[in-house]
Amino acid sequence: MSSNAPNPTEPAPLSRETMPDRRGEVLTGAQIIWEVLLREGVDVVFGYPGGAIMPAYDAMIQYPIRHVLVRHEQGASHMADGYARASGQVGVCVATSGPGATNLVTGIATAMLDSSPIVCITGQVGANLLGSDAFQEIDITGVTLPITKHNYLVTSVDEIVPVMREAFYIARSGRPGPVLVDICKNAQQESTTFEWSDEPVTLPGYRPVYVPKDDHVAQALELIAKAKRPVILAGQGVVKSGATEALTRFVDASGIPVACTLLGLGGFPASHAQNLGMMGMHGEAWVNTAIQEADLLLAFGMRFDDRVTGNLKTFAPGARKVHVELDPSEINKNVKVDVPIIGDLKKVLELMQPGLTGVERPAWTARIAELKGDSAVRDIQHLPDLGKLYAAHVIHDLWRLTEGRAVVVTDVGQHQMWEAQYYHHDEPRSLITSGGLGTMGFALPAAIGARFAADPGKSVWVVVGDGGFQMTACELTTCVQEDIKVNIAIINNGFLGMVRQWQEFFYGGRYVATPIKSPDFVKLADAHGLKGMRVESRADLAAAVREAEAHPGTVVIDFRVEQEDSVYPMVPAGADLGDMIKRPRRVDGRVAQHNPIFETGEDR
Amino acid sequence: MSDVVKRTFVIFVEDRPGVLNRVTSLFRRRDFNIESLTVSESHEPGVSRITVVCLANEDTAKRIEANVYKLVNVLEVDEITHKPRIERCLALIKVRADRAARAELIQLCEMFRASVVDVAPESLTIEAVGAPGKIQGLLTVLEPFGIEEMVQSGAIAMTRGSVPKAERRRPVREIQVA
Repeated sequence: MSSNAPNPTEPAPLSRETMPDRRGEVLTGAQIIWEVLLREGVDVVFGYPGGAIMPAYDAMIQYPIRHVLVRHEQGASHMADGYARASGQVGVCVATSGPGATNLVTGIATAMLDSSPIVCITGQVGANLLGSDAFQEIDITGVTLPITKHNYLVTSVDEIVPVMREAFYIARSGRPGPVLVDICKNAQQESTTFEWSDEPVTLPGYRPVYVPKDDHVAQALELIAKAKRPVILAGQGVVKSGATEALTRFVDASGIPVACTLLGLGGFPASHAQNLGMMGMHGEAWVNTAIQEADLLLAFGMRFDDRVTGNLKTFAPGARKVHVELDPSEINKNVKVDVPIIGDLKKVLELMQPGLTGVERPAWTARIAELKGDSAVRDIQHLPDLGKLYAAHVIHDLWRLTEGRAVVVTDVGQHQMWEAQYYHHDEPRSLITSGGLGTMGFALPAAIGARFAADPGKSVWVVVGDGGFQMTACELTTCVQEDIKVNIAIINNGFLGMVRQWQEFFYGGRYVATPIKSPDFVKLADAHGLKGMRVESRADLAAAVREAEAHPGTVVIDFRVEQEDSVYPMVPAGADLGDMIKRPRRVDGRVAQHNPIFETGEDR
Repeated sequence: MSDVVKRTFVIFVEDRPGVLNRVTSLFRRRDFNIESLTVSESHEPGVSRITVVCLANEDTAKRIEANVYKLVNVLEVDEITHKPRIERCLALIKVRADRAARAELIQLCEMFRASVVDVAPESLTIEAVGAPGKIQGLLTVLEPFGIEEMVQSGAIAMTRGSVPKAERRRPVREIQVA
């Protein structure tokens, strides 16, 4: 190898292929951590060094694993999460003990609520100091107990291999989730013979796989055959299980329309004729009404979140319910179901496929078409350009200009809902968003993580509000130092928009603590040596998006949108799903309110 | 819900540090209310046995079971509320007893198959074992004498009869790797 090296003074770059097999050698715990990561297929980790994790960092340079230095550990856990969501593989973050570990917490909880497989490695004080309130000691396994799928405290070097293998196995198997491994400094410094076996991990009490019961599957098929007004509710389980094709076949054979949850978007192509769109609090009126009028709901890999069901007492009162779910603890948690099918969604759909019979339901199809006609899509395209910029414009045009092929990572709030409504996702893993925990500050770091996993031919767009962006804007510097290219669309309305909207609707219009100032985002980009642009009218939008796409580095676009715009329709929290605040309508040819994003019958 | 009753769960867990904390933390964060909890060794090395009694309806009971199963260190969960079972608590009761009252108290103890384990000039300490209802019954009759102190264990429980072979816990569960 060395004799072929072009320049003997410069060592050849490390690569998986040229790594020596060090099984049987005596290695330090620090080295063993990287040996395990390499064998678990890890190419990139997101982290921040510190005292208790220094031995691991010192050994890192011997291994062909990319390290991304974050600016705050919360960014590291979001990046690992973004990587996991974009790839379906386990994302890894690294932090030191104490504050390093506690800073990961928000990202871990985000991953937990959205079942994202990440492994968090934290340094811990030496085992002899545990419990002594030593410098930077915190009981992080205690802290993260309720927000991890499982966690471990490693006190000696011999535990590192088995514990880390279990951690990866638990994170990615069954219903995925975050696993934290807290490794004492002494365990990193001690040495032992490195042993590795490719035998599968066995845990006596862990049951990630469930086999669906035949009679439940038969009952579901019977309900499907008899249903007159069925709707499929497609959740993130479709994406996690890789069931997009299986679901498409199922829909094509059964003719049943599909409503998607926020995290289910992309799991079933938006352009499919049977895709109704998003359901729930900001779902389209016809979708929610169809669910309320359905006589059969097929819940596929979704968990009846309160943002999806509205008032549980009045949720789809006339519908029988079939729930296909991998996690038995989700059955009957929020909504009582008639037929539970516990198992991997893709396998269940494949199991059901031969039993499907094409049933014509002309009355139901006509009813849904009627509902759509009544409160159809916003007519963005034909909207007169009044010189104002609406967030809906930005998202809609972004969708058109990127041909719907970008990986979009959103933050949380109004822009997130507009993204879900106006960017039509045809592919799984093309929308990355914090659904369950609703974590502001998620977008930029998650996008950085996603950039490492996404198809290099696809652009990664961050869609973020002015509030959320400021929570983790420090990661702009990470983009610079690590040479990462993402496009950032700040939907800047000068408010914490969703809270402002609630204040307008439910709190008498008292805008308490929601007007928010921002730095000059163009100058901020400039200060980082990044490209910054400002867009204040729709006419300038396309040029800016194209310029951002063409620019080699990270770009920040400050979209100055209408300040007091609201997301419609809206089911107020706890209200009946069919009870929506709809968009302002045209009355006698004129818009009833100032908002021009009115309802029309014209399609996009 | 009308079918809220006291339910008894037997949980087998790996005997490792922190496992009890994982189980109780789960009950707390899912808002399941624990009436009593006992934990000890089981017949099997490396396996601890937890008996949890909590108020729950049928649906909640199923979700308790499913949630406890999700814990990696949990080997087996069995709700035995509706199975023929033996359920026992242990109580120590210190009751005021001068010389006049002593004989009557000893007689009461015999009726409850409780025993006097400590005698002092002004008090007796009674040890009682039985189903939770029996302990409650004993406490009611002792009340007039004046209870100075009482301590009670949570319930431990076991199903009656021999365990059918199909339901017998395998020492180490083999799991399929996906």
